[in-house]
Amino acid sequence: MKNNILEINNLKVFPKVNTGKILVNSISFNVQRGKTTCIVGESGSGKSLTALSVMQLLSQQLKLSGKILFNGTDLCVMDSESIRRKRGNEIAMIFQEPMTSLNPVLTIGYQIEESIMVHNDLSRSQLNTRVNDLLDLVAINSDRANSYPDELSGGQRQRIMIAMAMSCDPDLLIADEPTTALDVTVQAQILDLLDQLKKKLQMSMLFITHDFGVVADIADDVIVMYQGKIVEQGPVDLILNKPKHPYTIALLQCVPDAHGKKTLKPIDYKKLKREMAAI
Amino acid sequence: MKYILTAKNLSKQYIQTQGFFSRKKTIIDALDNVSLNITKGSTLAVVGESGSGKSTLAKSLIRLVNIDKGQIIFDDKDFLSLDSAALKVMRKNVQMIFQDPYASLNPRMKIQSIMEEPLLIHKIGTNIEKQKKIEVMIQRVGLHISDLDKYPHQFSGGQRQRIGIARALILEPKLVICDEPVSALDVSVQAQIIQLLKSLQKEFGLTYLFITHDLRIVRHIADELVVMRHGKIVETGKTDIIFQNPKMIYTKKLLASIPGTKKST
Repeated sequence: MKNNILEINNLKVFPKVNTGKILVNSISFNVQRGKTTCIVGESGSGKSLTALSVMQLLSQQLKLSGKILFNGTDLCVMDSESIRRKRGNEIAMIFQEPMTSLNPVLTIGYQIEESIMVHNDLSRSQLNTRVNDLLDLVAINSDRANSYPDELSGGQRQRIMIAMAMSCDPDLLIADEPTTALDVTVQAQILDLLDQLKKKLQMSMLFITHDFGVVADIADDVIVMYQGKIVEQGPVDLILNKPKHPYTIALLQCVPDAHGKKTLKPIDYKKLKREMAAI
Repeated sequence: MKYILTAKNLSKQYIQTQGFFSRKKTIIDALDNVSLNITKGSTLAVVGESGSGKSTLAKSLIRLVNIDKGQIIFDDKDFLSLDSAALKVMRKNVQMIFQDPYASLNPRMKIQSIMEEPLLIHKIGTNIEKQKKIEVMIQRVGLHISDLDKYPHQFSGGQRQRIGIARALILEPKLVICDEPVSALDVSVQAQIIQLLKSLQKEFGLTYLFITHDLRIVRHIADELVVMRHGKIVETGKTDIIFQNPKMIYTKKLLASIPGTKKST
């Protein structure tokens, strides 16, 4: 088995109508098997587009070029049927806002069953056991299977989303800001849960966030994106403690820390532009 | 007078019915005997998770929510017994900045009218004076005079929050209630807005009541801190002291869940 579960080579995303704008500009990176890679950046840096490209879920108006190798096979040249078999089965995704990703008129038990049955053919009793196991995995009481999404709290809904994502034992989980909409204490629980699941199910994670605090807690490798490009990448300790690129340095200075010792410094974009031109 | 606002034993209950046809009712204590003092010229942060009653507290202090029991003394006057005319005068002194800069600006009004409205309501200044005030304020928050002719959708989230701040400050309030003003913004923009709020505080001698769930921001902006849970105050005191030596288990739990503390400690 290869060491990298995901290899992205020279990925570009741009609008179909040629405007000269390139939204994701020639990025290349790898996600190592069993590791968590975090993509950090501000809004508009292209981090979500990168995640959607891996899932082949880009909007119709966008086009991509380059290679996305998942377990050695290029997802970009696959037909939509084979992609669909991989999506949800080998690659799963969770999103920022759990309420918009759940159907409000179906019970959560039914929705978890649905995600299992898309890729498997199980009997009724097998299905029930599987749903209970999954709820167990994300620490939700199995009585809740008959509840509707609005009867659950935000944290519980995100747990349900994780259960659905886990339903087919994916090799790679893509998490797009899964804790941004949650309270700090709940956020800590969800991050813990994801970290446990990663170890238990030997899963790899591509984790998108704008919060360096979350990065420090969960990442093995970090990719910093700015204006559609990767400006810096490397192991988490190196990026957080010895950033090299002026943008990474500037971005880290904006992040408030729990010790309150450092002064917050907003990014000086003019200075940044000069420094980046000098590289 | 050391305190600009004193709240004593505020209580507010909400009644929640279980379903549309159900008669089962549960009573929720949004505020349960909450008392606090806000020192003039300082920043008091109220932290808590969703449902802790922090927003109800903020709204009750400007009487957007009527409380069931308690007393609010603002600037030596009993805020709750004021009639509507006196309340209007007092409200000029308390302004609010909201969380969502997309929802709190009227999309059909130009920035000029958005900024002018509070001045019209409170009948402040002649037209020339008004215009002067608006122009000074919009530049103070880092925008341009030419921006007055634009609509809210032409601005980014951070710029809209600057407009929200300019609108709140144009009446020269004594107390500004900030309800999660930076939680919808990117970190880089967040740092800009926090620095702006800090420098405005120095310049105008403002007092802030800062509502947030992000303890890292509290550490950077607040002098004093109130931790709320289930409508009650759990712990209160100087920010530095609580961060170094939290007394209550809940406060410790909150501090431990700040992202980035796991590996660094």
